[in-house]
Amino acid sequence: MRPVYPFSAIVGQDEMKRALLVACVEPRIGGVMVFGDRGTGKSTAVRALAQLLPPLKATADCPWHCNPVDDPARCPHCSTHRVPGTRVKAVDFAAPVVDLPLGATEDRVVGALDLERALTRGEKAFEPGLLARADRGFLYIDEVNLLEDHLVDVLLDVAASGENIVEREGLSVRHPARFVLVGSGNPEEGELRPQLLDRFGLSVDVRTPQDIPSRIEVIRRRDAFDRDPKAFLANWQAADAALRNKIIKARKRIDALEPDQDILELISRLCLAIGSDGLRGELTLLRAARALAALDGAKTITATHVREAAPMALRHRLRRNPLDDTGSGARIERALADVMG
Amino acid sequence: MAGADDPARRWQQAVLAARLFGLDPAGLGGVVVRAGPGPVGDLWLEELLDSLAPGAPVRRIPVGTSDERLLGGLDLTATLAGGRPVLDRGILAALDGGVALLPLAERLPAGTAARVAGVMDTGMVQLERDGFTARHPTRLGLVLFDEGQESDEAVPEALRQRAAFWIDLDGIALADCLADVPEPDGHGRLPTGDVAGELVEALVHGAVALGVDALTAPLLALRAARAHAALRGSKLVAPVDVATAAGLVLAPRATRIPELPEPEPEAEPPPPEPPPDTDNASDEPPPDTTPPEQDQTLPEELVLEAVAAALPPALLEALRKGARVRARQEPQSSGGGARQAASMRGRPIGARPGHLRSGARIALLETLRAAAPWQALRQRTAPLTDTHAINAASAVRARIQVRPSDIQLRRYARRAESTVIFAVDASGSQAFHRLAEVKGAVELVLADAYAARTQVALIAFRGSAAEMLVPPTRALVRARTLLGALPGGGPTPLAAGLEAARLLAHAEKAKGRSVLVMVLTDGKANIALDGAPGRAQAGADALAAAARLRLAGVTSVLVDSGRFASTEARELALAMGARHVPLPNPRAGTVQMLVTDGLAQAKASAGGPVRSGGGLR
Repeated sequence: MRPVYPFSAIVGQDEMKRALLVACVEPRIGGVMVFGDRGTGKSTAVRALAQLLPPLKATADCPWHCNPVDDPARCPHCSTHRVPGTRVKAVDFAAPVVDLPLGATEDRVVGALDLERALTRGEKAFEPGLLARADRGFLYIDEVNLLEDHLVDVLLDVAASGENIVEREGLSVRHPARFVLVGSGNPEEGELRPQLLDRFGLSVDVRTPQDIPSRIEVIRRRDAFDRDPKAFLANWQAADAALRNKIIKARKRIDALEPDQDILELISRLCLAIGSDGLRGELTLLRAARALAALDGAKTITATHVREAAPMALRHRLRRNPLDDTGSGARIERALADVMG
Repeated sequence: MAGADDPARRWQQAVLAARLFGLDPAGLGGVVVRAGPGPVGDLWLEELLDSLAPGAPVRRIPVGTSDERLLGGLDLTATLAGGRPVLDRGILAALDGGVALLPLAERLPAGTAARVAGVMDTGMVQLERDGFTARHPTRLGLVLFDEGQESDEAVPEALRQRAAFWIDLDGIALADCLADVPEPDGHGRLPTGDVAGELVEALVHGAVALGVDALTAPLLALRAARAHAALRGSKLVAPVDVATAAGLVLAPRATRIPELPEPEPEAEPPPPEPPPDTDNASDEPPPDTTPPEQDQTLPEELVLEAVAAALPPALLEALRKGARVRARQEPQSSGGGARQAASMRGRPIGARPGHLRSGARIALLETLRAAAPWQALRQRTAPLTDTHAINAASAVRARIQVRPSDIQLRRYARRAESTVIFAVDASGSQAFHRLAEVKGAVELVLADAYAARTQVALIAFRGSAAEMLVPPTRALVRARTLLGALPGGGPTPLAAGLEAARLLAHAEKAKGRSVLVMVLTDGKANIALDGAPGRAQAGADALAAAARLRLAGVTSVLVDSGRFASTEARELALAMGARHVPLPNPRAGTVQMLVTDGLAQAKASAGGPVRSGGGLR
């Protein structure tokens, strides 16, 4: 296994890191889309999540890594194997971060007939695909705008429903596939389909750091990592562990955080001001603000959390105006200033 | 020292790049080699192959290599023959520790480029195809041969930016390659120690001074410096290594001229330079092409000087003129899977599951591939009477049973694409106003580009020549960046503008797109095609160019932006076969409407209904 660059060692790119942490704490956020130039650490950050995510509890012997507290009916294994009333044996399970390589075929993404068993033994068995492997974790697609349209549609449907259904020639499988979809893309390579962008919960823009000290630091760290990954990882282990604890604590706290009326109104007014249609924007903004509050260890969700969450939750929901050169970030800022003063 | 344009020196630099790359192909990513066909390119490749570690795998990957070959997948023949799944590992996975040679890299589809880039980033081929899941460690470097003749062909940026070296062999004659480039003393080992802080900083500062934004550039330069130290047989990276690396890696990426610090012979403290060659001082390696500097220059200045010496004269010239230097753009890489490939005429672009119906064409191999895993099952469970079996073999038991659910349909690229070429008169006092409105129109057209599958290009003509400001693109963001600095003012080389539009129109038509040329001018030419001033010749040249545009069968609209509708403009429109629209104050919205009308006409004249391939929904 090749060593992976640690999350905490990424220089700058705070908004991207915060957005990913939000998704770690609140998986229902609806996915994260990261736009940015090459070499800005998009892929590095997502792949680093694998080391950062706290381990999960899974039902022993369940190939789908079901959460022991979940309804067993959802899972093809547990629904038949779990005896009601008995205690479930739980095991530790590393939260998956699955890379969906470009060029993956549909059968490997959704799962298909087990090739080996079918050919050598003539047995009909289902071999789970990447969607199953990503259950309870993250599914990452680099250069999402280059992925075949029909695959992207499948992914978005499953991500939204949390369930993957495969029906083929007597092979009928339905299994849980709850994952955070993370896409990255380079705007220079062409725009993303608008209907696709809408379906991501958060969207962040990353740029190459412009100040010289940060740029030097990026090169230094990358160089150090390339030369001696083990030593580098050891140096950053403590920082990653601290971050992991923050995620664990935030996950425990998040359910207790209820927005008060003022915050709900603020969120509504913000969404109105930028003209985002539907409730999805408001819901995402609320969930992101709540996750940020949980990460910060705050007792309540405050306007500060809403302010921080607004750009990532609303940026891609602005009505497009091609003649307005103002960047989406600036337009959100304007709306924030108007609404919050 | 000979200048950066001296062919013999350029050859030496190219050979040096090959040797550095040979030491660390995966770390340095690749070499983009600009070369026409000929012995010089072959000679360079020989140098490269010589410098690779013995036994390193090398393979040529032709353009159009399918994903199955590139990444691996089900080996259909072996699987059917053996009755068990057999994996074909693919080309890339076989190249671990070696080098892939990509001829005609400028024609590499963006999708393929992204797959290769993904392999380079993760250092492995992640195979998720045809029922196989596999991880093959694959650390490799690329040699990208850029043989593009057309201005709109370029090596995909995704790979170009990952390649440390961009070398240009054009204009180097065989005679220039005769002088021996001193051989290094065997392969050195890459130094793994820390590089002095100043040296790293110097590279970062140097990149910023040259207007190189991407941080991959200084990182690759740092690795090149390590390789250079190794080539010298040193265990420490010295300023000379960093300077050489900067000249090779950063200089070709420059987008602006660095401000060279005045040489200050005194008062500068010497850098805490690591003593070179402490380890094998007795065994002095042969000097390489750049003599080690023994002076007191600060590393940062050293880098800038090295870069200045290495800047290609053509690049310098362009930078001086203030023209935006940009890497030649990729030929339209916008859009997702289907759209991506949809830019090419009627070419098959892979297969996907579907139902056979009229107009759809079956992809035989892919269908068999989909059917293969089921064979054992079907042989057992489906007797001859099975009504589902398409091949319903009469008396003979079917060897291979194919069912409707296996059917894969060939997808063809769409032909519904169109390109709008704006040719804009940027001369004289009106230029600024006109250009601003055109910019608005370009953005309006691009805003609809996704749905309408329209690309936009912009050619501006002024002074003595025409310049392609925006190569055909559908990306609003990119167009906006390119439109940032529009020059204006000067005389009117109308003929040159029309010629440029015609050439681009021709190239776009060759790709199967319908083309609309929008000319915005007052028709008053005063620069002839050869660049000479004079109204009479300029007018005649413009009319001739207009006639050629019509002969090329290009649909065009002439927006007469003069204050009064002019005879010249009317005659020009007549010669072009263009619609003549007097519009003293062109507005973005009006221009957009003209484009919509014109495109409909262009598509109609392209002949035949727009056809979309079977299976492409």
